[in-house]
Amino acid sequence: MSNDRHYPALSARLASGRVGPLWALLFRLAPPRWSEYVLTHWTGKKLVIAMPYLWLLLFFLVPFLIVFKISFSEARIAMPPYAPLLEWAGNQVVAIKLNMGNYAFLLTDDLYATSYLYSVRVAAISALLCLLIGYPMAYAIARSTPTWRSVFLLLVILPFWTSFLLRVYAWIGLLKSNGVINNVLMALGVIDTPITMMQTDFAVYIGIVYSYLPFMILPLYANLEKHDQTLVEAAADLGARPLKTFLRVTLPLSFPGIVAGVLLVFIPAVGEYVIPSLLGRADQLMIGRVLADEFFSNRDWPVASAVAICMLILLVAPIMVFQRIQSRELEARR
Amino acid sequence: MHEYVRLDGVTKKFGDFVAVNNVTLSINQGEIFCLLGGSGCGKTTLLRMLAGFDAPTSGSIFIDGQDMAGIPAYERPANMMFQSYALFPHMTAWKNIAFGLEQEKLSRAEIGKRVGAILDIVKMTPYAQRKPHQLSGGQRQRIALARSLVKRPKLLLLDEPLGALDKKLREQTQFELLGIQESLGVTFIVVTHDQEEAMTLATRIGVMNRGEIVQVGTPPDIYEFPSSRFVADFIGSVNMFEGRLIEDEPDHVRIRSDELGAHVYVDHGISAAPGATVWTAIRPEKINIARERPASEDNLVHGIVKEIAYMGDMSMYLVQIDSGRMMRVTRPNIVRQSEDRISWDEAVWLSWHSSSAIVLTQ
Amino acid sequence: MRSRVVSTSALLIGFSFLYIPILSMVVFSFNNSRLVTVWDAQNSPTLKWYYELFSNEQILGAAWLSIRIAAMTASIAVVLGTLAGLVLARFGPFKGRTLLSGMTTAPLVMPEVITGLSMLLLFISMEQLLGWPKGRGVLTITIAHVTFAMAYVTVIVQSQLAGFDDSLEEAAMDLGARPAKVFFRITLPLILPAIASGWLLSFTLSWDDLVISQFVAGPGSSTLPMVIFSKMRLGVSPDVNALATILVLFVAMGVVGGSLWMHRLEKRRARESQLAASDL
Repeated sequence: MSNDRHYPALSARLASGRVGPLWALLFRLAPPRWSEYVLTHWTGKKLVIAMPYLWLLLFFLVPFLIVFKISFSEARIAMPPYAPLLEWAGNQVVAIKLNMGNYAFLLTDDLYATSYLYSVRVAAISALLCLLIGYPMAYAIARSTPTWRSVFLLLVILPFWTSFLLRVYAWIGLLKSNGVINNVLMALGVIDTPITMMQTDFAVYIGIVYSYLPFMILPLYANLEKHDQTLVEAAADLGARPLKTFLRVTLPLSFPGIVAGVLLVFIPAVGEYVIPSLLGRADQLMIGRVLADEFFSNRDWPVASAVAICMLILLVAPIMVFQRIQSRELEARR
Repeated sequence: MHEYVRLDGVTKKFGDFVAVNNVTLSINQGEIFCLLGGSGCGKTTLLRMLAGFDAPTSGSIFIDGQDMAGIPAYERPANMMFQSYALFPHMTAWKNIAFGLEQEKLSRAEIGKRVGAILDIVKMTPYAQRKPHQLSGGQRQRIALARSLVKRPKLLLLDEPLGALDKKLREQTQFELLGIQESLGVTFIVVTHDQEEAMTLATRIGVMNRGEIVQVGTPPDIYEFPSSRFVADFIGSVNMFEGRLIEDEPDHVRIRSDELGAHVYVDHGISAAPGATVWTAIRPEKINIARERPASEDNLVHGIVKEIAYMGDMSMYLVQIDSGRMMRVTRPNIVRQSEDRISWDEAVWLSWHSSSAIVLTQ
Repeated sequence: MRSRVVSTSALLIGFSFLYIPILSMVVFSFNNSRLVTVWDAQNSPTLKWYYELFSNEQILGAAWLSIRIAAMTASIAVVLGTLAGLVLARFGPFKGRTLLSGMTTAPLVMPEVITGLSMLLLFISMEQLLGWPKGRGVLTITIAHVTFAMAYVTVIVQSQLAGFDDSLEEAAMDLGARPAKVFFRITLPLILPAIASGWLLSFTLSWDDLVISQFVAGPGSSTLPMVIFSKMRLGVSPDVNALATILVLFVAMGVVGGSLWMHRLEKRRARESQLAASDL
């Protein structure tokens, strides 16, 4: 009962019945300071914010800081295979060994620069191909009748729900020298000797476009579906022919969808690792593969970290653009 | 009369934007008080502060003498009817209405009785088991009203209650709302941008502009005696002319207006310095239109009819007076057909009674 | 007319591109020949690869492990993602909101190698500093999967909430419900479809993930994609075709069944709304 005396405001709240029975019980049982604190400061709202927030801080943000840190340290043969940044230099002096060597190394060996450029090129071309195939499809789906629309959307999403790895695997069967495509072409007499399609850039484009096409079609569709059909009618009424209407009205309005789709393909494709390892060239690696090799084969964690940081720097701008579009889209739905 | 709601210097800022500016207001028990204003004038923000969804930046709100600071929406003695109705889409009409009573931990039997009774009042008993998407706009409005009334609040806040209904239904519902309010004795605070709605429903109207209450009064007060140019212009239609006070006696004033090209004679005194700039406002229905010149010197202008709008119950004439300005005049169509109707391009005389012009100093 | 031809051919070409590889896998899963792509007309169709698949302990074990990880991932990701979506859609501005919203969209596009590497380095540092998590395995894979799966759930929940009027929650509060009650009686039922699809999506993402798992897995915790990947690097083997066929069949049945059900619901809703209009 001593709590009543300590906290008159609190007992008034209790007396007025504005405190739930559980709180009332806690108030009676708990030490005075704690219950007062809980009632006044620790609201459920903060707890709700804290749970996902802490998770993401710990498992998404902090890891990047660690990668950043390790990218500055020196490799050594130990476990873990890198030197700590902070070291006791004796006599209570802490030496910070900030080592730019890993980054310098990336610049001296042109394996890294060419891999970056190659990855960006492959990702950009793949995103463009996705757009060329995906835009007409998204447009056609958005213009079809509601029943067909849901069937088509289903058909777009369905491969996405099956395993990504198995879909890449399917292409190996098609593209191999004794694969389906070559067999069919030879049976038809179009070619005499098999065309080499595996381990080429072509195979990588096919693999990426195939795997990422739904990511292009869905945002485009979401954008195109929202368009007010009367805009097209208004343009026609004002004398624009269908092609002109498309170029002057539909295409500019679908720009946010195009950007979202392109980024959704481009950004992950830059770091793509599985598709190039299974379908791509052995003489020209993509940067994701380089990173994995540094890490797993060479066990050079600092260099792998530096590669990751450079890749992130490369992708910061597109990621931020994507983030902007995403939040604007959500605001617009309100 | 017992004061039920009091607002004391209530201000609400969103960042730098002042949504509600120093509003002080007192509302009596059993009143229907309408907050009337255009969009963005702060009326909805004021209502949301009363309901407890937003907290005032400064000032205080008292309901039934109790300070509402720090009291959340779910503990306030007020209920709100939302503009969008905000009916829970996953619950039937019956469940929607019962929701508020369940929060009071009433017995099942008591809840059933009260929901049944309120459904009777709003005449929605046959639709109790339908979900919101199975109801028409008018039916949803009734369920929303029933849901906010079933808790027997002493104060009901209504945000554009009839806004989503078509004109016929709106008129019918207005009178039903009045009937329900009278029989239950609830205090209503209604937010609306529709002056007709405010005029029919309200015992008193508070006109809002840019976050401030510019005038409070009964509907006739607001219409016939507006206190500022804003109110005169906002409520109904008005012909407004700038002029100068040239004669100021206790029993009359005379105003010279170049815009009007004539003198205005008003049969009461006003409190303004001679020579001061004032505005005269004349309502279109208070102006006489005639071909012959009436026998009067003041409150008389000559002009030519430029447009006639036939509106069924009345006709509106747009007259270009000799000074060049346009004046609006409305006349009721008392007979069905008339050979002698004033027509386009006719020269006419406009005149009004010396008590009709409103003199405004701000 | 011409635009019709263009649309139809766009869809035809697009869908052929999407489905021919899958179909070829299904067809060759019944092929007798070990040379995956050469059709052995004499002894096909055959179910022998299916028998082989079901007697492969390694694949079955990995599949079961993947299912367990995916189910755990989906269940945790749904809780965290729903909270994050709720916070972003409903809690208004607060300190650090931008950071939270950034941390929930960035994983959607982050290259997997980066996420995998950073996760692994985190787990190693944590083990050094705190002694937890001990080694790497199911726990670390699940944590890593939850982190990127919850981003998807957040976006789904947030966009569904953005589609609902927030006056619904205000109305419930106005009628006397406390915030927790408002959530369980109003918000949660409304976003249940979003939560359900978030769960399924998280399950699939986790089930399908190879790169991140490769980084954070330990000895003895090989997931199904990891097993398949190592098989593929050694060369194609026909039982993978059989596995793919089963998976495609399973997913197709689930998705088609689910959408038929949704379609029926929608139709009923439309009919009921018509009813409302008729007795105006």
